[in-house]
Formats: sequence, C-alpha cells, structure tokens
Amino acid sequence: MSKSIEQKSVKFAVFLAVLVSMLMISTAYAGKNWRAEGNSKASQMAQNAEMCVRDTDFMRRNHMELIQHDRDVTVRQGVRTLDGSLKGCVTCHANKQESGEYVPVTAMSGPGGSQFCASCHVYTSVSLDCFQCHSTVPTE
Amino acid sequence: MKKIFYKEWDIASQTYWMILAVLAVISAVAGFAVLHMEHSGHWVTGMSNQIVWGTPHVFAVFLIVAASGALNVASIASVFNKKAYKPLAPLSALLAVALLIGGLLILVLDLGRPERLMVAMTTYNFKSIFAWNILLYNGFIAIVAFYLWTILDRKMNRFYKAAGVAAFVWRLILTTGTGSIFGFLVARQGYDAAILAPWFIIMSFGFGLAIYMLVLSDFFRLSDRPLGDSVMFRLKNLLGVFVAASLLLTLMYHMTNLYGTENHAFEAFILRDGGIYTALFWIGEILIGGLLPLAIVFHPSLGKSRSWIYAAAIMVIIGGIATIYVIIIGGQAFPMAMFPGKTVIASGFYDGINGLASTYSPSLAEALLGIGGGVRMLKILPMSMADEVADPHSAS
Amino acid sequence: MKTTDQTDHKRRDFLKTGVAASAVTLAPGIVMHTAEAAPRDKAVDSSVRWGMLVDTFKCASGCDSCVQACNEENGLEAYSMPEGADPEKWDQQRPKWMRNVTLKDNLSGRISNLPLMCQHCENPPCADVCPTGASFRRADGIVMVDRHTCIGCRYCMMACPYKARSFIHENVDIKPELAPRGKGCVESCNFCVHRLDDGETSTACQDACPENAIIFGDLNDPNSEVSKALAEYPSVQIRADLRLNTGVRYSGI
Repeated sequence: MSKSIEQKSVKFAVFLAVLVSMLMISTAYAGKNWRAEGNSKASQMAQNAEMCVRDTDFMRRNHMELIQHDRDVTVRQGVRTLDGSLKGCVTCHANKQESGEYVPVTAMSGPGGSQFCASCHVYTSVSLDCFQCHSTVPTE
Repeated sequence: MKKIFYKEWDIASQTYWMILAVLAVISAVAGFAVLHMEHSGHWVTGMSNQIVWGTPHVFAVFLIVAASGALNVASIASVFNKKAYKPLAPLSALLAVALLIGGLLILVLDLGRPERLMVAMTTYNFKSIFAWNILLYNGFIAIVAFYLWTILDRKMNRFYKAAGVAAFVWRLILTTGTGSIFGFLVARQGYDAAILAPWFIIMSFGFGLAIYMLVLSDFFRLSDRPLGDSVMFRLKNLLGVFVAASLLLTLMYHMTNLYGTENHAFEAFILRDGGIYTALFWIGEILIGGLLPLAIVFHPSLGKSRSWIYAAAIMVIIGGIATIYVIIIGGQAFPMAMFPGKTVIASGFYDGINGLASTYSPSLAEALLGIGGGVRMLKILPMSMADEVADPHSAS
Repeated sequence: MKTTDQTDHKRRDFLKTGVAASAVTLAPGIVMHTAEAAPRDKAVDSSVRWGMLVDTFKCASGCDSCVQACNEENGLEAYSMPEGADPEKWDQQRPKWMRNVTLKDNLSGRISNLPLMCQHCENPPCADVCPTGASFRRADGIVMVDRHTCIGCRYCMMACPYKARSFIHENVDIKPELAPRGKGCVESCNFCVHRLDDGETSTACQDACPENAIIFGDLNDPNSEVSKALAEYPSVQIRADLRLNTGVRYSGI
C-alpha cells in the first residue's frame, strides 16, 4: 500500500522533472532562435564604432537608467551632449535600407526584420514609451 | 434601548443579480468610453484648449465632495454622541469610501497619460494643492477604513471615538482642499475666492446626506426592512439645514463679487447673459437644488411624506451637479480678463472675442465616463454591503 | 512625412549659418552676447534670464509671420484633422504656442495688435499648481513642461492667466526633431529652448517678424538689445496686478 504511494510519487517527480526541463529547454531554444535570426544586428555605424557609450553588457542591463537620468539633466538643465541622448541611440542603431531610407528602430517586421529597440522589447514584452514623442529614425 | 443587530442584506438573489448586472453593463459602457478616449485622444471629447476641464471633472468633483458629506451620519454618531445615528454609521462610512473611489477613478481615467499615475503617486510638488489632495484622498480612504473597523469589531471598539474624530477632521480638511483646487486659481474671475472652501464643505454636507438618504431607503425597501419615520425625519431636517446654508454661501459668493466693479462682467455672465450657465444657475442650482427641496422638507404635510422626502433628496443631487457644472465649466467659459479696459476684437486662440464666452458641448464619451464613475461607486456597495446593514428596529 | 523632416532640417541649417554670419559681421557687442549663451554641454544657470520685448506699435494688423514661424519650428501643424472630427471643435482643440490678438480700447477705440504666448513668469502659477513638478522654471528663466513626467491633468492650463498652454488632444504622426511631442501632455512656448541650448540667441518668432517688433535676449545683461530697449521705452506686463514678474513685456498697449 505504502509502496504504491511511493511509486506514484516517484513517477510524479520524474514527470515533473521532465516537464520542467522541457520548459527550460524550450525557453533557452527560443532565446537562441531569437539571436540566430540576427535581430540584434547593429547598424553599420554601430558596428564600425569600437563600442557603445558604455560597454555592451552594461548597456543591455542599464540603458534605461542612463537614458532616464540624462533625459532629466537635458530637460531641466539644458545639457545636450550627454551619453544617454536618445537621439544618439537612434542615430547609431537605426539601419539604412538600400534605398537610403532609414528603418524605424521600433519596427517589428518589414525590411531587415525586427529592429534594434523592437527586437528586445517585444521579446521581453516591456513597453517602450520613448517613441510616442521622439523620432524613430535619425534626423541628421 | 434594544441591542443593535447587523445582518446581511437579505434581498432575493434574483433582484441582487439583476442590480449587479445592470451596474455591470453601465460600467462596461463606461469602460469602452475610456478605451475610446485613451486610444483616440481627447479630441473625441467636448473638452478643448479653451474649456480645459469638462463633464468628467464635474462628476468627479461632485462625487468627491459628496463622499466626505456621506460620512456625516457616522460623524454625528461618533463625534457628537448621538446614539440614534450609531446603527446608520457603517453604511455612511462605506458609502463615503465608495463615492470617493468613484470620483477618483473618473479623475484618473481622464488624465492625458493615465498610465503615469505612478508618477503622480511618487513625485510630489508640495506647493500644489492638487498634490496635497492626492494625499488627502488616500488618507481619507485609509482613515475611514480604520474607522469602519473600529465600528464593526468589538475588540477595536476602544479606538472608535478617536477614529471617528480623526475621520471627521480629515473630511473637513479634504473638502477644504477640494474647494481650494479652484479657490487658489488667481487667473480666472470665477475662481480665486477663499469662500469656495467653506462653500464646498457646506455643499458636501448636503450632497452626501442626500445620496445617503436615497441609498438607505432603497436598501431597506428592497430587503423589506422597516425604516422608521423618525430616522428619515431627522435626516430630512438636517438636509434642509444644509441646503439653506448652501444657499446662503451661494448668495455670499455672488454678493461679494457684485460689490466689486472688477467682477461685474463675470456676474452678469453667470446671473443674466450666460445662456446655459445662467439657466443651470437659476433653475438647477437655486430652484431645483435649493428652494424646492427646502420647501418640501419644511412643508407641514409634504415634509411628512416619505416619497416627497425622497424626491427632495434627488433634487438636491440634481441641483448639486448643476452647481458644480456652473462653477467648473461656467468659470472657464467666461473669458479671462487679460486686458482690462480693452476689448479683444480678433484672436488666433479664442480669447473671448468681443466678450464672447467659450463654447462647450460634452461628448457622449466623456459623459459616459462621468456617469460610469458614479455607477462604479454604487457597484461596490451591494457586493461588500453583504454583511453589514443597520437593523432598523434599534434606531427608534 | 519624411520630406517635412528634411525640409525642416535644411531650414535650420540655413538659420544656423545665418546666425554665424551675423555674429561675424555685426558689432563686437553682439558677438560677446552670443558667447554668453550656455554651450551645449554646460548646465544653464541664473546668470542669464531670457526675456522678450514686443513693440506693439510695429506689430502689423493681419500679419501672422511669428505664429507661422512658431508652428513650423516646433512642428505644431504636422498632422491633419482626425477623421470624423467636427472642424469647429477641432479648431478649439488645436495647440497654439503663440497667437495674434487684436485689441480695441473701450474708451478711445484705439486698435493694437500683439502676439501672445507664455510670458515666462518669475513666479509661474502653472509650476505652482503642477502636482508632479513637470511644469517648471529653468534656471535661465524659461518656463516649460517636462513631458516625461506630465500626467496630462491640465491643472496648469486652469492656472495660467494668459491661456498660454495647450493640451495635445490627438496622436502626433510626425515626430518633430526639435520639440518632441505626443498625445496626452501639455505644452507651451519655451523660447525655442533648443536654439538657446545650441548657443543661438534668437527665437523663431523674432527671426520671422518683418517689422522687428520682437526683441529677444538676456534681461540680466544690461548691454543686451532687449535690456537697452526696455531701459529706453515704456513697457508693461500683462496682468501686472498678479505680480508674476513676466519675462515678456509689451510696449504700446
């Protein structure tokens, strides 16, 4: 009697372990797939530059804090040459089509596929407020 | 004196679900109105860069003002030690919170960027009376919730008096703050008056009590519980006093304005030439919201009729919404006096050309948003009122 | 869409060169003044207070060059009326940072014209009432809205004695390069702050005025053109009774 309960729980544990690992693998695979598609490919300008305003790891994790801090300094104190300039981000990270026209950094599909900002933000489903007001293509 | 029994609202479940369904439908319509406004932008409303605050604000301010007034009955019991009112206190406190949440919901959903509510909650400009009001509203909900706890839980009964006094003082400050939202605006002729704060307090007494009386009699009627005449008669006399006081402050406000030549144009606009605002003032604010209910509640025979008292309470509410409409929209429609001694004969931005008032017609979306807020607060009631309604027998 | 952005940019480049050229050719005083403006990488401070004098004697009836220039500079007309909107109501909902006003004296019947915009008060009521502090006064006297923290409550519009503020009622299709703006926030004249931060010392309206009725500059610098003009001619503040110490003054009304 007690043995059968034990067997059942072992079976259940195995089942759970398989389920969890399948989930983990599928998540990891999704991540891999996302990179394999080349979505995070930087624009020519970004590739030519040695690195971003900070190193890539820092930027991946903290770009929002940098942008938010510098945005306050710009608006409130009129300093316009900061690293966290959104215009700077867009200028460097927007891709150009063969026709010479820029693709918006928030484009999720279309020429070149998912673009710099969209690729991560859609993937992590973090909403992106900047471009309700700011331009998604370089204006220079 | 008999012991007080609190018992759940025992109406037929069919009726209960019917009420709930009707309220849910209206809330859903309001919800769609909000989505429509947020998606398209405020251009779908009648509000513009000329009339900045519209119908949603009228309803929101009315509900917020009425919320603090709805607490009256509880305050009379706890602060002024009138035992007869004690059984009526829980409904009073609950109604106050519900009305306030309804009003706040409208305000929040009308924001240009409602998703940034977090910003309003975390960054304060303490020079702004608006920021103070955010604290006052949240504090009110917390204090009244605690107050309700002290009423309903015997263990907490020792804090009952203290909580009652705190809630009463807080609600006075809250309505002062709401009145000051307009009283502090130096720019416009219709606002910029210290009397707005006490006026709002008096109005809150009247509006809140009227709503309370309606809810009380409806609840008791639907559950076939007897509601003694003495309760309603006490309340209607109180309502009469509040309405009279409100009329007095209305008179004071306009008399002060009429004394100074500077404000004659504004007074002429509200009292004589303002079209819809003049009509709302005389018919809505003075007649329906003031003189008629006053006559009814103090009339020797009509004042003894429960249905007439009920009608008087409805009139106070209609008149109250008209009053707030005249204050908020009328105050904005009157052109700002930027160039004394001169007439604007042309402008690229409607600066009251030849003294002409700004036009405003509320759109369906904003009206639905406003009404929906009113219903939202009611919707909370039947659901959470399920376990506490005063037993009427003990009231007499 | 694209073309609008590009034209705008070309026009700006042209203006930049224009300013540079004038700095070379004009008197040394002007060059010194240009150098006083905070460069792009320095925080602004209260040693400068930007201000304006409008000479209404020169302001011509029927002319709206300044308003047009303002709209163009800040991208205020970069969209069309939403489908299904009522044109009359829509017109009242459009943002205006600057507008023309024609006044007639009640006693004498004398007519005067003037442009009206944010008066850049020293004690701005809009900043007082803003619950989040999004409405603020910069150290150099410019009153503006931080759209990142504006929640769109419109209390500042209720408080402004000049009706100088506008709420954006609709989606903005074209994102302007110089003044990023979007639905749901309040905005108003900011003395072309992007130009000032770049070291320029003129506003779009001043450059556009064919009669030179608008003089812009540093009120704290006694040698600036605006300070000299204010010292020489009588001028008034609109709603001086409120004692807001406005940065914009008018002569001849």
